Amino acid sequence: MSGDPCDRCEELLQDFLDRTLTNEEWATAESHLGACDYCRRRYRFEESLRRYVKLSAVERMPPGLMAKLEELRGLDATAL
Amino acid sequence: MSEPEQATEARRIATEARDRARFEEEALALADQAYRVARRLAGSREEAEDLVQETYARAFRSWRSYSPGTNMRAWLLRILTNLNVDRGRRIQRTPQTQPLEEGDYYLANKVASAAGEEALEQEQVVERMSQDSIVNALSEIRPQFRDVVVLVDIGDFTYADAAQILDVPIGTVMSRLHRGRRALKQKLAEEALS
Repeated sequence: MSGDPCDRCEELLQDFLDRTLTNEEWATAESHLGACDYCRRRYRFEESLRRYVKLSAVERMPPGLMAKLEELRGLDATAL
Repeated sequence: MSEPEQATEARRIATEARDRARFEEEALALADQAYRVARRLAGSREEAEDLVQETYARAFRSWRSYSPGTNMRAWLLRILTNLNVDRGRRIQRTPQTQPLEEGDYYLANKVASAAGEEALEQEQVVERMSQDSIVNALSEIRPQFRDVVVLVDIGDFTYADAAQILDVPIGTVMSRLHRGRRALKQKLAEEALS
């Protein structure tokens, strides 16, 4: 574990955004982010990136696939 | 078979038919979510469609192995991810070399170097990365990391659900998720900023 406060804040980034930090870790990160532009900018960047990755990567089912799945109803275990 | 026995058997068959129909309705309601995960695990739309169809065929054939009232989403996605793993073994992917892992500020630091610190606070900076860059980068990280990133960050599964789907401890899910996100950012730094 790094002694540099910014390095430590970087280590806490993912768990901070996932809300899985302990109370003590949360307090450490929040306190540092309140005082450090460098880390605060990187946390905001990470938030934006996560939103955008999800937006970019989510794709709806193509038309026609649901009908194909409906046709599978009633499949028998013996029909393997 | 006596009349009472026939009546009992008829009721049993009717109950089973009703249970099966309910199961299939519940499973089909998850198709969109299954496809969302399949699309990012498989290499193409066609492969994703095949994977989803294969998943539902197997799910419908083995419907009796599902316990009503338990987590069907995790049960279904486990079938899907296992089929995907089997497919990966058949295709015999070449082993991926493991790049040196960078920290979580890596991509942000690259952006800041190229466009200045203030750029990190502009939504447009992230949005300038094309959808193709994001999707390509995701497809290039190691499968064991990609599976978790896709389930949790794209599919909105909890750590516990992802652990159940992948049959690994929750600690493993969290570790692979963190490493997968870092690997994704490294790929994005290479692709989107090149």
